[in-house]
Amino acid sequence: MIFYLLRRIIYTLPIMLGVALLCFALVHIAPGDPLVSILPADASVELQQQLRVAYGFDKSLPEQFGLWSWRALHGDLGTSIASGRSVISEVFNAVGNTLILSAAATLIGFLFGALFGFVAGYFRGSRIDRLASLLSVIGVSVPHYWLGMVLAIIFSSQLMWLPATGASPDGGAQWAWDWVHMRHLILPAITMSVIPMGIIARTVRALVGDILAQEYVVGLQARGLTHLGIFLHVLKNCAPTAMAVMGLQLGYLLGGSILIETVFAWPGTGFLLNSAIFQRDLPLLQGTILVLALFFVALNLIVDVLQTVLDPRIERN
Amino acid sequence: MTSASATPTYTIDSAPQRSPGYWKGVLTRLARDRLAIAAGVVVLALVLMAVFAPLLTPADPFLASMLKRLRPIGSAGFPLGSDELGRDMLSRLILGARLSLFMGLAPVLLAFFVGSAIGVLAGYAGGLVNTAVMRSIDVLYAFPSVLLAIALSGALGAGIVNSLISLTIVFVPQIARVAEAVTTQVRRSDYVEAARASGAGALTIVRVHVLGNVLGPIFVYTTSLISVSMILASGLSFLGLGVKPPEPEWGLMLNTLRTAIYSQPWIAALPGAMIFITSISFNLLSDGIRSAMEVKQ
Repeated sequence: MIFYLLRRIIYTLPIMLGVALLCFALVHIAPGDPLVSILPADASVELQQQLRVAYGFDKSLPEQFGLWSWRALHGDLGTSIASGRSVISEVFNAVGNTLILSAAATLIGFLFGALFGFVAGYFRGSRIDRLASLLSVIGVSVPHYWLGMVLAIIFSSQLMWLPATGASPDGGAQWAWDWVHMRHLILPAITMSVIPMGIIARTVRALVGDILAQEYVVGLQARGLTHLGIFLHVLKNCAPTAMAVMGLQLGYLLGGSILIETVFAWPGTGFLLNSAIFQRDLPLLQGTILVLALFFVALNLIVDVLQTVLDPRIERN
Repeated sequence: MTSASATPTYTIDSAPQRSPGYWKGVLTRLARDRLAIAAGVVVLALVLMAVFAPLLTPADPFLASMLKRLRPIGSAGFPLGSDELGRDMLSRLILGARLSLFMGLAPVLLAFFVGSAIGVLAGYAGGLVNTAVMRSIDVLYAFPSVLLAIALSGALGAGIVNSLISLTIVFVPQIARVAEAVTTQVRRSDYVEAARASGAGALTIVRVHVLGNVLGPIFVYTTSLISVSMILASGLSFLGLGVKPPEPEWGLMLNTLRTAIYSQPWIAALPGAMIFITSISFNLLSDGIRSAMEVKQ
């Protein structure tokens, strides 16, 4: 197991390098000069040259990549062209808010998804099973940005129960764990939870079905265990996989929150990406994507390691 | 997010024994699946609507009128109301099917060709080539789909072509992984060994034995990506990264109508309902095809 874990960690390094390379390349696949958005239209050639040197665009590509990665390793992702602030501080402020939203959504999605999936798998072929399957198809088919709009229409514009924009009443990005702020979290978190809910329900349903078909369950029944006893056995056996799927879903939500953040004007990384894209602020775009992708890779690693530790039976190759 | 949690691993039990009656069997089984048939009918209707859109639109989808902005559903001359520029919603939804379906289907189709080619090549070559190709693919896999799509089209800039390129790049690794897995299985099978022993060249083996057996599973997997692609493509337009105004596209319409959720909420929700109907129909149809083909997952 130790060897597997070591191999798994070492295997992550080239992936991280590849991710960095791709993020670095983003600036260079972009059409036009990356300096265009900060230069005045009538900038002199000398000024252009000065800025090119200042941002390091005058060096060769491998040199630029080396320099960029070296700085990134030291927590320096450059300066936002639009705001002039350091990219890393902008990203970290936003990541917190995105994390709150995605974690809340994952939790809601997991609770209800696991419940639906479990009941569906336990009573396979029943009406509840068909209903749960339908719900999970809807969960993965619904355009979540539209669902967000519909929820905003119902609960905000029509019933006026909940706020539909921002993370706090004063429009600030500062989060606090009180009811005034939590009210702002409810609609976006529920909207976002639909995605993991469908996937977790599907996974748990399949898992429970598989486990119930195992011989040891027949053995348990033969030993005269009650429904509850068997239920607990099944629960214990499907927990590691279900948790792993939940961990991965958190990663997908962190990286994919931009659409929902746009709908609800949530001040997270999605909002940051949006402004980076429309102000052509490439260092900010690059930095945000890099941080989110590395989060995802790290989360994958953690999930794999935890799963191996929790359930050493799982065969790895 | 919308992408599946993990790559499904497909296994083929005894692929080469597919008699000519195989596809007939698939069709018979599909015909018995009422939900899949219903979904298929909806998909067909949407495609027909897109093809014959100019004949079906009751009004000019581009004709704006400041006086007739945001007319409610069912008002005279506007069966589904009018949008924020006073254009007929029904006509725009009908014409919108063209770009919306195209933007959702084209990347999956492109990725099907590119991804299968890469995956089959890597799977058949094995060894170093396989490692090199598949490890590079893993890098793209290290991004959540939405993030990768937005990173690429954000850097490339808004536009139909850039959005197509970005989404194709998102789906290529997913299809390539499945293609590589099934090809590796087929390559190790006895009948490929037998073909090689009887003197068949690499090209013949790939064409006859490999492609004949791997395209089915790859195709089934690809159809399951269409609904994700529809949601992502419209999502890019929703963010302002895909189709540009004044072209009608459901995601873009949803975006421009966002300001109307307090005045005409149900008109604002209409384009999203179209995306939802399309996406769920493709999903149900794909599920039906998968169980009819009995590709074991």
